[in-house]
Amino acid sequence: VSDAPAAHAAATAGRRQFLVGVTVIGTAVGAALVFGVPLAERRGAQRAVPQPPATPSPFTPNAFVRIAADDTITIILGKAEMGQGIYTSLPMIVAEELAVDPHRMRVEFAPVDRAYYSPLFPMQFTGGSSSVRASFDELRAAGALARTMLVAAAARRWQIPVERLRAESGCVTDGARRLRYGELVADAALSARPRELALKSPENFTLLGKKLQRLDGPLKVSGRAQFGIDVRQPQMLFAMVARPAAFGTRVQSFDAAAARAVPGVVEVKQIPSGVAVLATNSWAAKRGREALHARFGEAPADAVSSDLLRLEYRRLAATPGEVAREVGDAARALGEAKHVLTAEYEVPYLAHACMEPLNCTVHARADRCDIWVGSQFQSEDRRRAAAILGLHPEQVALHTTFLGGGFGRRGNPQSDFVVEAVQLAKGLGRPVQVLWTREDDMRGGWYRPFFLSRLQGGLDAHGMPLAWRHTIVGQSVLSGTVFESAMKKTFDPTSVEGAADMPYAIPHLKVEIHEPVNAVPVQFWRSVGHSHTGFVVNGFLDELAAAGRKDPVALRRMLLADRPRHLGVLNLAAEKAGWGTAAPGGRARGIALQESFGSVVAQVAEVTVSGDAIQVHRVVCAVDCGAVINPDHVAAQIEGGVVFGLSAALHGNITLSRGRVEQSNFNDYPVLRMNEMPQVETYLVASDAPMGGVGEIAVPCIAPAVCNAIYAATGKRVRRLPVTASLMSSGSRASS
Amino acid sequence: LSLIVNGNSVQVEAAPEMPLLWVLRDLLGLTGTKFGCGMALCGACTVHLDGQPIRACVTPLSAALGRRVDTIEGLSAEMRHPVQRAWLELDVVQCGYCQSGQIMSAVALLAQNPHPSDEDIDAAMAGNICRCGTYQRIRAAIKRAAELAAPAPPAESPS
Repeated sequence: VSDAPAAHAAATAGRRQFLVGVTVIGTAVGAALVFGVPLAERRGAQRAVPQPPATPSPFTPNAFVRIAADDTITIILGKAEMGQGIYTSLPMIVAEELAVDPHRMRVEFAPVDRAYYSPLFPMQFTGGSSSVRASFDELRAAGALARTMLVAAAARRWQIPVERLRAESGCVTDGARRLRYGELVADAALSARPRELALKSPENFTLLGKKLQRLDGPLKVSGRAQFGIDVRQPQMLFAMVARPAAFGTRVQSFDAAAARAVPGVVEVKQIPSGVAVLATNSWAAKRGREALHARFGEAPADAVSSDLLRLEYRRLAATPGEVAREVGDAARALGEAKHVLTAEYEVPYLAHACMEPLNCTVHARADRCDIWVGSQFQSEDRRRAAAILGLHPEQVALHTTFLGGGFGRRGNPQSDFVVEAVQLAKGLGRPVQVLWTREDDMRGGWYRPFFLSRLQGGLDAHGMPLAWRHTIVGQSVLSGTVFESAMKKTFDPTSVEGAADMPYAIPHLKVEIHEPVNAVPVQFWRSVGHSHTGFVVNGFLDELAAAGRKDPVALRRMLLADRPRHLGVLNLAAEKAGWGTAAPGGRARGIALQESFGSVVAQVAEVTVSGDAIQVHRVVCAVDCGAVINPDHVAAQIEGGVVFGLSAALHGNITLSRGRVEQSNFNDYPVLRMNEMPQVETYLVASDAPMGGVGEIAVPCIAPAVCNAIYAATGKRVRRLPVTASLMSSGSRASS
Repeated sequence: LSLIVNGNSVQVEAAPEMPLLWVLRDLLGLTGTKFGCGMALCGACTVHLDGQPIRACVTPLSAALGRRVDTIEGLSAEMRHPVQRAWLELDVVQCGYCQSGQIMSAVALLAQNPHPSDEDIDAAMAGNICRCGTYQRIRAAIKRAAELAAPAPPAESPS
């Protein structure tokens, strides 16, 4: 059911997307080569080929492709697979140019090496919805380079010009004869590196733009995919760590003897984060940890409580902050407006709650360290591990496994769960796997920050928005990280993304930001700042529409008149959802639109409300993400983003009392389940925009689309998430 | 202590109260069954005990002694089981971590109810959490697996 609209869109739109979109990209790659930049040296790729030859006479034209004499073609991925599909979409890009069936390729996760650093930022990092768009040029060129050198080898073998040869299905042929790539690898390795690469013309693409079944599917329906938690090494111990119950406190006492008395427990070791119990299996480690009866110090006087934090943030929101954006004179325009609305919006701390609880396996020796981990941030993890052990980074081998969900949590800029495991493994002399329980993971911090927003909107005599003031209060996720250089002056651009750069043509705009500091660790959470600004901006715009007696879609059309890309998405969503017609079964509709990660998404949610019970029946998504590699992957990410965002909108709520997290597991931090799943439809806009991100873009719209639908159904305005907490409290404040 | 895992009789040295999940994962090396919550809240550890779906994280080894335990590894090494085929055909998986449990729950559902309705699927699958949000495809794949498992209709002459 789900793929039908996407597949239809792909069939009708995919061709045009590539005719337009990829021609531009192809030109860019070609241009670089015409100007004589040798490909292999472009980012040191050739020098950095990391693996010694595994099979006889392998051909390794660059860091991403290895072809062996037995015809095995291996693609080496610098990105982590956490569900978003790069294990399939990145090999597809190589395979298109190399003229091979992607299902016959082997895929490996790369070691840490500069060759695999992102073209966008000098690190090995998977995030920012950047994998496909950032890798497209280099992987396409990697495939073309390998193909060109193989064809050149065949031309020498047969003593005929390369123009008479073509590559197809893993062979080079002149129409009569064929040579398998494996038969050519020894010669291809001797081929001169071409100064120019002829890239395949997009109208000849046979793979890109079409559905391809996931290459990791067979591993994942048979239990064979190896996640970090599945790593097993000889002599490996399993460890659990007793960590402080409240942020900002330390371990005071523990009973090591009682823990050691538990059968299977081998050792008890204090480390900076707490007290570790090491055992021969996970259960013994858990029982040993219980036997420790670790006690922790009193929470400091300034320990965070959610209720007090709200009051502090509310005070701050009424004071001037750092100005993130200023257009016109919002204060004066509000004074002149015919009608002024004021509202306060709030979103809670949120846990990522990946299905695979955090874990990391480390074997540290005097001159070498191996780390097995599902990580989104391998280069930083390795750098920090080496520093702890007094090794050079090259002495640390980080083996990336599949990730049982990431959502940002496994790309921790402080490498918290890797650092802890390395500290425990140091001097241990045998491998150890640190496993977090669900409760450890849920209470361990690194949340999406709690944000409070204060908004003022002014309407003119025609009910059109004249002025918009938005003051945001919340912790920075970039502060103190290697990404800090991305910060502009004194504020974190991710805190205001989607608000400071909102697309609506409102003549007077001012966005300010306060970034208080406290002991609760915060981090990127799928869609980062857009996860709160999407809710706030779309919600308050709906309020202005209602106050100005305008239809929410009609108002957006007027405010987006100069933004054809946004208009295209808005109109497609409205059309497919039947906006303006009566919804079936007494459902009410709400709309939201957000530009994020280079893509634009609009969603229409159909909702019924019965008492406090909210049922989301249908979500129509229109997406402009530029050229598309695999339309079914896009649809899957949109479906997944809706579920992730809906879990947060309806249920997600991490609260603190005196520094202690009050939630612990899926009983008190509920997430969406099968019985709550709406029908999600995805429609792709035919687009000539540059390739945008996909993994995070469906998250920001779902909360406001649902809340705007709740308003349409009930007249109740939801200004605090999760919805359930909001409808049952009087905490939503607004006046006009 | 002995039990029958995927058709093979196995002996383990463990306390009878040790959860079956850790017996499978840490003692027998069958890591396809996943740890998710430890409280029977998420379904990632779903296996079959004498054909019935259970949460291995809260099932003590003692409850499985002498009985038949089936895990994802025993389903079909060649991925010929209709549920696996349907999962592949509809590209259900994303991160894949919860999918062993999802598949074992779906297999148990279809064994009892070869043609489940949407309500049947909700009831049988609501105990299995997927954070990637593959529910829509799981629902479609269960229906597809029901088709694949149905006896082939009699061959018709070409029209």
